Amino acid sequence: MTGEQITFLVVALGTLGSALMVVTTRNLVHAALWLISTLFGVAVIFALLSASFLAVVQVVVYIGAIAILFIFAVMLTRKDMRDQGPQLNKNWWLGALLAVLTFGGLFSLLQGWSGWSKTAAVIPSSFDAVNELGNALTSPTGYVLPFEVASVLLVAALVGAVYVAFNPRSGDSQK
Amino acid sequence: MIPLSWYLILSAALFSIGLFGVLSRRNAVAILLGIELMLNSVNVNLAAFWRYGDVTNIAGQVFAVIVFAVAAAEVSVGLALVISVYRRRNTVIADELDLMKW
Amino acid sequence: MSFWNNPLKVIADWLLGIFTGWGISEIAAQVLIGFLGVLLLLSLLMVLDIFLVWIERKVVSRFQDRIGPNRVGPFGLIQPFADIIKLLIKEDITPTGADKVVYNLAPILSMMSVLVLWAVVPLAPTILGVDLNVGALYIIAAGAIGTLSIIMAGWSSNNKYALIGAFREVAVMLSFEIPMLTILLIPTIFAGSMGIGAITNAQEKAWFVFLAPLAALIFLIAAIAELGRAPFDMGEAESELVSGYNIEYSGMKFGMFYAGELLHAFTYGGFWSILFFGGYRFFGLEQVSPFLAIAVVLFKALVGYWVIMWVKYTLMRIRIDHMLAFNWKFLTPLSFVLLMVVAFMNALLRGTPNWLFVSGMFLSNVAVGWVALEIARMTSRREREKVEGLKPVVETAHH
Repeated sequence: MTGEQITFLVVALGTLGSALMVVTTRNLVHAALWLISTLFGVAVIFALLSASFLAVVQVVVYIGAIAILFIFAVMLTRKDMRDQGPQLNKNWWLGALLAVLTFGGLFSLLQGWSGWSKTAAVIPSSFDAVNELGNALTSPTGYVLPFEVASVLLVAALVGAVYVAFNPRSGDSQK
Repeated sequence: MIPLSWYLILSAALFSIGLFGVLSRRNAVAILLGIELMLNSVNVNLAAFWRYGDVTNIAGQVFAVIVFAVAAAEVSVGLALVISVYRRRNTVIADELDLMKW
Repeated sequence: MSFWNNPLKVIADWLLGIFTGWGISEIAAQVLIGFLGVLLLLSLLMVLDIFLVWIERKVVSRFQDRIGPNRVGPFGLIQPFADIIKLLIKEDITPTGADKVVYNLAPILSMMSVLVLWAVVPLAPTILGVDLNVGALYIIAAGAIGTLSIIMAGWSSNNKYALIGAFREVAVMLSFEIPMLTILLIPTIFAGSMGIGAITNAQEKAWFVFLAPLAALIFLIAAIAELGRAPFDMGEAESELVSGYNIEYSGMKFGMFYAGELLHAFTYGGFWSILFFGGYRFFGLEQVSPFLAIAVVLFKALVGYWVIMWVKYTLMRIRIDHMLAFNWKFLTPLSFVLLMVVAFMNALLRGTPNWLFVSGMFLSNVAVGWVALEIARMTSRREREKVEGLKPVVETAHH
């Protein structure tokens, strides 16, 4: 059991435990906070995979923006500060069954694959992933088109979200 | 060291937990939380395959970055819709949002 | 290598010898030495934090034309220790209905978000916690954890004022992250890498403040907003919100928020000086010994911290909607335009001699700032005319 393996096991168990708490806890603000713990665990997994840019962007985008958006949404859509009773709907056992079947199916599908127990190759020290990522996202022979389309998608989502959630009664009245 | 199977098992488990959250929760915001878990598991999968395949083929990380952007867009629009629905119907329980049912 | 040239390596080797002499395996000894290094850095930072309290109180008193604490010890130096003892012996009140776990976790996360920033601060050419190649983005990531701790504090206090204060503060912090992120790309363009050590090394031709002064200014404004200090301290406006998200915190938990805010201000002063004023570089002095380099970094960070304090004790608080309008309508477009202009000029002047590069960049920054101020002036004149009516050019005599 090398140090890396122990680290991975601890982080993975923490991430999965937090994810279970996200989907089972009754208090929604607690669920959002457990989501933050899960996202942080995933950021550590990215760091273990030597994807340092992805790890930092995960913390900035997911924890710094999306999780806070969730907390705001939870606070804005509750009628009082107490819990709202049981949070699982009446067919939850079917959802659990489907989840277990999905996991089992994926596991058995991948086990027969030849690359299952592959170990990681050593990254050559001259390889700078951030540099390569930047080149790939902006070069015409790389992935600049998906990059630009994603930015158009973000602008559309921004405009759409502001328009959908706009409350005309409390709009700007300083005309 | 760490075989690829461990990362794939982690991402499959995270995906299944997210799926359970989406299918079994009453609150619409909680369903969106489950969707976030599924998107994160996909990202872990992509990063693992990037690392354990050809590291110089940066497409894995590019795909993960695009997934970040798409997830952010989807969460913002989804939560805007949930807030707007809450303002009109004063509820976010998914079962009670059934105005279009016959 | 002698102790003066490379103190950390000397101490680490000595400790490694001791630990392996005790029979601990080499890898465990390395991990233990790493932990001891982190512990040393954190202890020094917390002691520095105590003296920052003293500096803050003395400086604010001089700005307000009074003497400040001068009774407890010579020049009031023991005053912060008295403050800490007072905070420690205070009763620890948890409000009823508060969410205990979240309530207790918030000040810890707030302090943690400041301390983890020091992992990427280059104290000397050879002393660097971790040479991350995404160091500039790491700063924003640690700020995100700070934002989270504020909203946890505000929500778990079960108090309307705390919640409003937390919402306002988080809105300001999230909004001002955008210009800060954009401006952090400017030293990245100049240095060719996001690593803080690389950015410091790339300032050998000229400090980046001469290459991009407008960027330094915008970074300072965005940093002061991120810190939640005046003139952007909507989150803890004493006259309006009774100290905002800190209301329900007493004793050492409040001490954590307060000391954490001061250390955060010092850290951002440090980052301002590292990113734009050369960090540990001082005309070759840092090559002599790492201790001199650390002294240079601390001095520059103190100068940056003094500027931040100067702004705090001079300017009035800005209203929350003005703050957000300032960010979204002025600062964000300005920082985007500045990024494009800097990238364009950098590519244009790439191979030119040093004086042309520096002066070209400087003038382009000044031009962008001038144009932005003109546009702001024209817009505000138009707004004013709409409200007041056009003023006559010549005042006619009234009776």
